[in-house]
Amino acid sequence: MSELTDLSISELQAGFRRGDFTPADALRALESRIAAVDPSIDAYLSRDFETALAAAEKSDINLPLGGVPIGIKDAINVLGESCTCSSKMLAGFKSPYDATVIAKLRTAGAIPYGRLNMDEFAMGSSTENSAYKKTRNPWDTTRIPGGSSGGSAASVAAREAFATLGSDTGGSIRQPAALCGVVGLKPSYGRVSRYGLVAFASSLDQIGPIARTTRDCASLLNVISGKDSHDSTSLDLPAEDFTAKLGGDLKGVKLGVPKEYFVDGMNPSVRSQVEAAIQRCKELGAEIIEVSLPHTSYAVGVYYIIATAEASANLARFDGVRYGHRAKNPRDLLDHYMRSREEGFGSEVKRRIILGTYVLSSGYYDAYYLRAQKVRTLIRQDFTNAFEKVDALICPTSPDAAFKIGERVDDPLRMYLADIFTIATNLAGICGISVPCGFVEEGGSKLPVGLQFLGKALDETRLLGIADAYETASGFSSQRPPNL
Amino acid sequence: MSSPNLDVRDVARLARIELTEEEATTFQSQLGRVLEYVEQLKTLDVSNVEPTAHANPVFNVLREDVSHPGLTREAALANAPHSANNLVVVTKVIE
Repeated sequence: MSELTDLSISELQAGFRRGDFTPADALRALESRIAAVDPSIDAYLSRDFETALAAAEKSDINLPLGGVPIGIKDAINVLGESCTCSSKMLAGFKSPYDATVIAKLRTAGAIPYGRLNMDEFAMGSSTENSAYKKTRNPWDTTRIPGGSSGGSAASVAAREAFATLGSDTGGSIRQPAALCGVVGLKPSYGRVSRYGLVAFASSLDQIGPIARTTRDCASLLNVISGKDSHDSTSLDLPAEDFTAKLGGDLKGVKLGVPKEYFVDGMNPSVRSQVEAAIQRCKELGAEIIEVSLPHTSYAVGVYYIIATAEASANLARFDGVRYGHRAKNPRDLLDHYMRSREEGFGSEVKRRIILGTYVLSSGYYDAYYLRAQKVRTLIRQDFTNAFEKVDALICPTSPDAAFKIGERVDDPLRMYLADIFTIATNLAGICGISVPCGFVEEGGSKLPVGLQFLGKALDETRLLGIADAYETASGFSSQRPPNL
Repeated sequence: MSSPNLDVRDVARLARIELTEEEATTFQSQLGRVLEYVEQLKTLDVSNVEPTAHANPVFNVLREDVSHPGLTREAALANAPHSANNLVVVTKVIE
């Protein structure tokens, strides 16, 4: 038998039910693995082993995720645990309630275990914007794991988490999943309740799973999705089993290749891996059709207006009064606000709040924010038109493999352009998944490449079926980082 | 086209963020480049396009006007940086 921590969730649950090992055994094995590898990965901010062990010992393995430990991005509230969003602003904050996804995990028998590092307030693409630590890519520890859910992806890749929850505002689940060689799903907007997720950009944020297989992502989505009275944007939909189309094939499936997603300037080795994956889908019976999403090149610009505008409003709550950092000995209320926010927020967060404040300010609102909302309509229409011709889109997740730590920190615009293939998904509210599709060699390291499938809004069951068929045939998801 | 109208110090004050000299200088040039990049949106004709505020527009989500259990006073105050007598203490507003 392979190591317990190498198992997928479905294999782990099969082991529980056969009586090969117990949830407590699994948690102990996981904790030893974390102790062994996390000093070189730094995915975890904190863990509460005793509480999790107590939950494991009394867990019911017959529940949908009975006894399965799930790592949690540090932006999602778990009752009694810290929730810092990797920011000094929330140092010492203890969550007074469970996010809806956490309550749903508990009802399904899962055990939330560990707080995972991220870019501060989910703003970033490399997890370098954490105020606490730099998470490293398990495939090459001199490189970034992607972001903002870098800890959530790196821990799954390093076999120090079975599966995790992340959040995706412009690619923050799919891009780190791609760069770490694991599977990451961004559900359609409204599929999963955002209650208890610290808000970044409310019209774009979605919580989703990161796991080693598409099947595990589908099982997690079964548990965390659904209407929630605490999130008025969550949708009331008929119950659906997201595993229903797993184990199928690609015969007759129409896959659209958006020509704008194969741009000059993308890493040619990444491009050839993705093209090989598209060819593989064709061999598996898919019909490959070229489509056009003509407004793709505007997506990054639209995103950095809309997301920063929403962030500037959402992060206004950090005023140093009810919770969060408070500056010492303020002269007056203005000084209290200004110094509390200066001391509590890191550079990227300040930069984005300032940009968002500017694009919403009197005299610039129409030129920036309103115009961006209109271009957002055009981007949505591009997808609507494409999905009239095809069942799903197939494209790269990221134009690059994992880059070196420190390489892009001084160039925000270049960092923003790393999200070029994931951002439009959030603007349109559709669903997307990244699965491993091969490797590139860079500086003597073997680095994973992600293949992205995009589905129309609320079409997750079909999207997961397509991703699973490719993943099973390609076999890349079973590969693990060497030397760990 | 640059955005000469962005004065980082002024906007930071609107956003209630104090900036160091160094931050102000760096952000001014970095955000200038970002604004230059988003100028490309101005090349599109959007005169007949409706804005999208939300991917799945939902309207008038209502519930019965009845109270629901919320946080206890103790839980609500537990994260306050400064509290006394079961109240949050705020910085003086009135002279």
